[in-house]
Amino acid sequence: MKIVIIDYGAGNIQSIKFAIRRLGYEATLSDNPEEIKQAGRVIFPGVGEASSAMAKLRASGLDRLIPQLTQPVLGICLGMQLMCKGSEEGNTKGLDIFDVDVVKFPESVKVPQIGWNEISNLKSGLFTSITENSHIYLVHSYYAPTCEDTIAVSEYALLYSAALGKDNFYGTQFHPEKSSSVGAQILKNFLEL
Amino acid sequence: MLTKRIIPCLDIKDGRTVKGINFVDLRDAGDPVELAALYAEKGADELVFLDISATEEKRKTLADLVYRIGERINIPFTVGGGISSVEDVDILLKNGADKVSINSSAVKNPQLINDLVAKFGSQCIVVAIDAKEIEGEWKVHLVGGKVPTDVELFEWAKEVEERGAGEILFTSMDHDGTKNGFANKALRRLSQEVNIPVIASGGAGNMKHFLDTFVDGQADAALAASVFHFKEIEIKDLKEYLEHEDIPMRL
Repeated sequence: MKIVIIDYGAGNIQSIKFAIRRLGYEATLSDNPEEIKQAGRVIFPGVGEASSAMAKLRASGLDRLIPQLTQPVLGICLGMQLMCKGSEEGNTKGLDIFDVDVVKFPESVKVPQIGWNEISNLKSGLFTSITENSHIYLVHSYYAPTCEDTIAVSEYALLYSAALGKDNFYGTQFHPEKSSSVGAQILKNFLEL
Repeated sequence: MLTKRIIPCLDIKDGRTVKGINFVDLRDAGDPVELAALYAEKGADELVFLDISATEEKRKTLADLVYRIGERINIPFTVGGGISSVEDVDILLKNGADKVSINSSAVKNPQLINDLVAKFGSQCIVVAIDAKEIEGEWKVHLVGGKVPTDVELFEWAKEVEERGAGEILFTSMDHDGTKNGFANKALRRLSQEVNIPVIASGGAGNMKHFLDTFVDGQADAALAASVFHFKEIEIKDLKEYLEHEDIPMRL
């Protein structure tokens, strides 16, 4: 099975490649629409700022391609956020896959949230063999509020979506590639959905 | 609930782990990749690698070592030491580092923080601050704590936050290597004056010191080296103790 990590110049993808390799698979980096369409699994990474990342997607036409994909797609961190309707960060429109707007954490907590938090209300094949209240690693200043597409929640000042899912699209606010054995299992679940 | 983080720090020189007592008297404590994998397995929440030879010797990258670490471990790690340009950071991140920490280069050229944040995002930019209390005032020091500056710690911390850094790693030169506990008074003030996470560093000697820095120092994470390298404290025991003392931990 071909696994493609979408390459649009947004962030650190080496650690995702390493994590996939540790599971016994190999991932290819690509910005080629045909290669992405034909992949068995697509991973949509992203770190950095939302509006500039969206601008990069638009420049390459990937903003139109991604929502049309039919194989399982996993957005990670900013990747997940860009799959939402829009983001308060840079006041940008998103890919409009998940019906929710991304907003900033309140000042009552330290921003960014950095570290290990718990996930609960797990509702997807993505979380097969994962126990409620497992710890995952996150780094983010913006969050997707809970909504119909929420498949895992976490709490930081308030309850927010730790993961989203709709049809063949999945998104995790956390970094499965950096979340120890729990994250490895989640990535494995995605690859073996 | 977001947990407090326990972060072993591996000081690297010539590809080996070392820990300086007050940064001067170096002792060898093993192979970085093996040690990193062992810490990840034992429950470390994150790792920091500091190339302590870099600032003095102007050695640019740890790219090969970073690649080998990234291949092996599945928790986040930060790399620091001698990083002074966007290119330096680009190479480290491309080789699998999750974050980089900058120190002297940021004091000399604060715009570097903005440039790095614009290119890579706040989430991967840690600003390390070494400071020492001189006549009642905390002054930032450079080059592994050897060179004093006129920069005041709390003002610098606020500037660092405004310029977009994601985290502050604060080392008290007065406490580092003493094993008498962290600089909790200064840490508490830092934590109150900035709204980004603060990592406490310097002074860990026993498990109570970690509890104190989370409670009194309000630190978000605590970093230590020799107590872990020389097995004076086992990470698992430490985290169980802290959890028992009502500090949220990932066990």
